[in-house]
Amino acid sequence: MQPDKLVYMANQIATFFKSQPGDDGAERIAAHLRDFWDPSMRAHLCELAKQDDQVLDENVRKAVALLN
Amino acid sequence: MKDFVIPSDDRDLGTPAREGAPVTLQIDGFEVTVPEGTSVMRAAALAGLSIPKLCATDSVEAFGSCRLCVVEIEGRRGTPASCTTPVAPGMVVHTRNEKLRKLRRGVMELYISDHPLDCLTCAANGDCELQDMAGVVGLRDVRYQAPEGAGLANHFAPRNTSGEANPEWLPKDDSNPYFTYDPAKCIVCSRCVRACEEVQGTFALTIEGRGFDSRVSFGAKSDTALASDCVSCGACVQACPTATLQEKSVIELGTPTRSVITTCAYCGVGCSFKAELNGDELVRMVPYKHGKANRGHSCVKGRFAYGYANHKDRILNPMIRDSIDQPWREVSWEEALSFAAAKMRGIQAEYGRKSVGVITSSRCTNEETYLVQKLTRAVFGNNNTDTCARVCHSPTGYGLGQTFGTSAGTQDFDSVEQADVIMVIGANPHAGHPVFASRMKKRLRAGAKLIVVDPRRTETVQGPHYKAAHHLALRPGTNVAVVTAMAHVIVTEGLMNEDFIRTRCDWDEFQHYAEFVSDPRHSPEASELLTGVPAAELRAAARLFATGGNGAIYYGLGVTEHSQGSTTVMGIANLAMLTGNVGRRGVGVNPLRGQNNVQGSCDMGSFPHELPGYRHVKLPEVRAIFEQAWGVEIDPEPGLRIPNMLDAAVAGQFKGLYCQGEDILQSDPDTKHVAAGLAAMECVIVHDLFLNETANYAHVFLPGSTFLEKDGTFTNAERRINRVRQVMAPRNGYADWEVTQLLANAMGANWRYTHPSQIMDEIALTTPSFAGVDYATLEEKGSVQWPCNDANPEGTPLMHVDGFVRGKGRFIVTEYVATDEKTGPRFPLLLTTGRILSQYNVGAQTRRTDNVVWHDEDLLEIHPHDAEQRGINQGDWVKLASRSGETTLRATLTDRVSPGVVYTTFHHPVTQANVITTDYSDWATNCPEYKVTAVQISPSNGPSEWQEEYQAQAALSRRILPAAE
Ligand code: SF4
Ligand code: SF4
Ligand code: SF4
Ligand code: FES
Repeated sequence: MQPDKLVYMANQIATFFKSQPGDDGAERIAAHLRDFWDPSMRAHLCELAKQDDQVLDENVRKAVALLN
Repeated sequence: MKDFVIPSDDRDLGTPAREGAPVTLQIDGFEVTVPEGTSVMRAAALAGLSIPKLCATDSVEAFGSCRLCVVEIEGRRGTPASCTTPVAPGMVVHTRNEKLRKLRRGVMELYISDHPLDCLTCAANGDCELQDMAGVVGLRDVRYQAPEGAGLANHFAPRNTSGEANPEWLPKDDSNPYFTYDPAKCIVCSRCVRACEEVQGTFALTIEGRGFDSRVSFGAKSDTALASDCVSCGACVQACPTATLQEKSVIELGTPTRSVITTCAYCGVGCSFKAELNGDELVRMVPYKHGKANRGHSCVKGRFAYGYANHKDRILNPMIRDSIDQPWREVSWEEALSFAAAKMRGIQAEYGRKSVGVITSSRCTNEETYLVQKLTRAVFGNNNTDTCARVCHSPTGYGLGQTFGTSAGTQDFDSVEQADVIMVIGANPHAGHPVFASRMKKRLRAGAKLIVVDPRRTETVQGPHYKAAHHLALRPGTNVAVVTAMAHVIVTEGLMNEDFIRTRCDWDEFQHYAEFVSDPRHSPEASELLTGVPAAELRAAARLFATGGNGAIYYGLGVTEHSQGSTTVMGIANLAMLTGNVGRRGVGVNPLRGQNNVQGSCDMGSFPHELPGYRHVKLPEVRAIFEQAWGVEIDPEPGLRIPNMLDAAVAGQFKGLYCQGEDILQSDPDTKHVAAGLAAMECVIVHDLFLNETANYAHVFLPGSTFLEKDGTFTNAERRINRVRQVMAPRNGYADWEVTQLLANAMGANWRYTHPSQIMDEIALTTPSFAGVDYATLEEKGSVQWPCNDANPEGTPLMHVDGFVRGKGRFIVTEYVATDEKTGPRFPLLLTTGRILSQYNVGAQTRRTDNVVWHDEDLLEIHPHDAEQRGINQGDWVKLASRSGETTLRATLTDRVSPGVVYTTFHHPVTQANVITTDYSDWATNCPEYKVTAVQISPSNGPSEWQEEYQAQAALSRRILPAAE
């Protein structure tokens, strides 16, 4: 899947949860990804998170860590 | 199984029903008890003592003009008209005696003296109330003659015996493709005029002139039906007691002799119809008066646009090919299915279990959809299933699920009759949900207030005898900001319903929310710059909604098809909870679902993360139910959604697709990307009526059946499960559920359904909200609204009455995030899309009917100011370009759209409006952002290169080799 799209989608999710009260943003992103993303998409995102050149939201990076 | 149902009590009771305290009276010696306000005519008819009548019919209010319905009432003078006389306690009525007989004959004699006596060759022969009444009153002879030398003095003879033209005679108007108006046969009962006003709300008809000169007329501004305001709903045709307004199909085919009750297969209103036939020849569709969604009304699509079923383009034989540059080869069902099965199994062997998937259809029945998702979960062994709801109402599922706990509308359509303030957001019911619009307009004419939130001044904003109190013409993409600003006004001005919030909602979450919306940056004044909605107007609208009585919200794709679609849905739910507008009649949150069964396809587990009944695949207890029923193991991980499937295809990981009744190439955004995805697949199976656009990339074509050719159920936008009944045998040989079963079995499943009712039984067995649904129940009750189970044996017209499904309602913070689809120097305008009344969705069906007379091409609406700057005139060809692609179409100049905004429909494949739309989508559900695209417009002189290439490819791909002998 095109990396830029996955990154874009993940960041969109992060933006929503950032606006929500509480400091469990990363957990909620991870839960959303687990609930709605097929495992291959999640795996791909995890791969991408390892590369520095991807502009991933900080909370997405935290969420990715929780996915494993 | 009894499939041919003859409607039980379909009689015309003369005047509409009333609600009120019981009143008892005596008619012809019988005691009758009816609600207060009922007419004597209706009371008599209910007691089986029908009174002769001509100008009364129970779809419209009585008018009292024909005087055929006279009765005698003891203690009252004269002979009052029973249709306009309300019952009174103790009244003693006589409907038959010598005096009344004489009066009635006299009336009839006058009518018939000005009516042609060509009954035997009349299209309404046997279906004419004038004829019936002449019989009932015992008319035996007509004595009136035109006076000597005084002209013809009738309306029906074109010429007198000496060949002079009769000035009173008017020719037949057959400009409308579906019905004719023959003034010669008109008895000026005004039933048509009243139907157009009261039932449809269009006010296209009037009675012109007085006395002998009175004529029905299609308005002053034009001469013909087609050129008038008429929207061809057919209500007048249905109300007309004579052949004056008559379906052309009846003129051509003769009067029908049998009827079957079924459900419209177009929009999410889900109107019930009587399909009237001779043998298996469909003569006409008549909206069914006991249909609970439509109450006897319909629109032009459902009533008239069924001709596609017999269109020459329909494909009736299965076809295959090895690659998409080859022509199609017609083959037997066996060959097509084993070819398809071998390909899919081959792909799975080579690329893995998850390399294939399905798209279920929101146009097919619940039973069919259920089988298609079962195919992927139980036979393919993955959860790669999705449906077109992805591209329309998936944010409704997510948003309402999060806030209320169910992903469906809260009300039935009847509820609108009790609404005081109706807020329509991002929807144009006039065009998209016409029968609901008629019911809403009736309520508006009775005084309810309307707020419309839409970038465009749609037909819904203003109509005959009503006008929206507020039209918030926001910039496309700023829904969240508008909805949040409304909440700001309600909270900061203390207009919320604190009682409701305290008892029904999570108070802590409300505190957070109240703090969030109260921030001055959410005030209408602060957001005005962003949204373009004047702050004072928005404040007034918010106050009206909060304080105007029962507030009901209806919304459509203008809400969901945005990057923040899910967030807006939550914002709408917040508004309803803030004002306490949930859980009783006249209020609620109502998504107006697009396609006939999009609600059902969602209910039936079409989404990759949910099994039927909206239960996540991760839940072991839910999987266990289906694992036991199906005897297979179910993948606990969510599968791919449509956009993900296409992305995965382009990346080479997704190779096979079974697509039932859905044209993703035309209806999904970013056509080029969809085409690339499809082209990258090794086996695309298209199961449809026509060689649609997606089929250009298909390897297997399985012919589909129309809703007239199968049994099943559709679930409409009010969660109402309506029966679809077979009225004729499938022309392609199999109903769609049978085709899916054949494919599954070709792949080794051992399914043995012999009737869709067995599929429904399986649904009921596995899905708690459907536990009480079976065909016998539907037969008995007509329809039910889910949840229907032991707790709600009668179904559930209103949801969340005593508490939300999830317990406490949740207020969710809705921060506005600007879409990344921004205007700039290259693409300075915003394109938004919609639909029009006569066409449906991608138009595959309606384009193949006479509905094209109303809309034969997609037009680009542009504000005169923007047009002038670009040197564009009315009717010019223009190039419409976005960062995704470009297309050409003709422009129409209108101030319905604001400067900076352009608008088009997407009913025609030549236009390919989705070449323009981008791949941005809703953050939560990937629902594409159809409603906002930054574009530029420039004059052009013809089709774009892409359109030409596309047409060439399509033509090449649609070739069919003659069948091998
Ligand atoms: S078809 Fe409908 S809109 Fe047209 S005149 Fe008749 S009732 Fe009115
Ligand atoms: S057209 Fe039909 S319904 Fe209308 S006034 Fe004439 S007879 Fe009555
Ligand atoms: S298209 Fe919709 S409104 Fe029109 S008849 Fe069908 S269900 Fe009813
Ligand atoms: S039916 Fe009552 S006056 Fe015509």
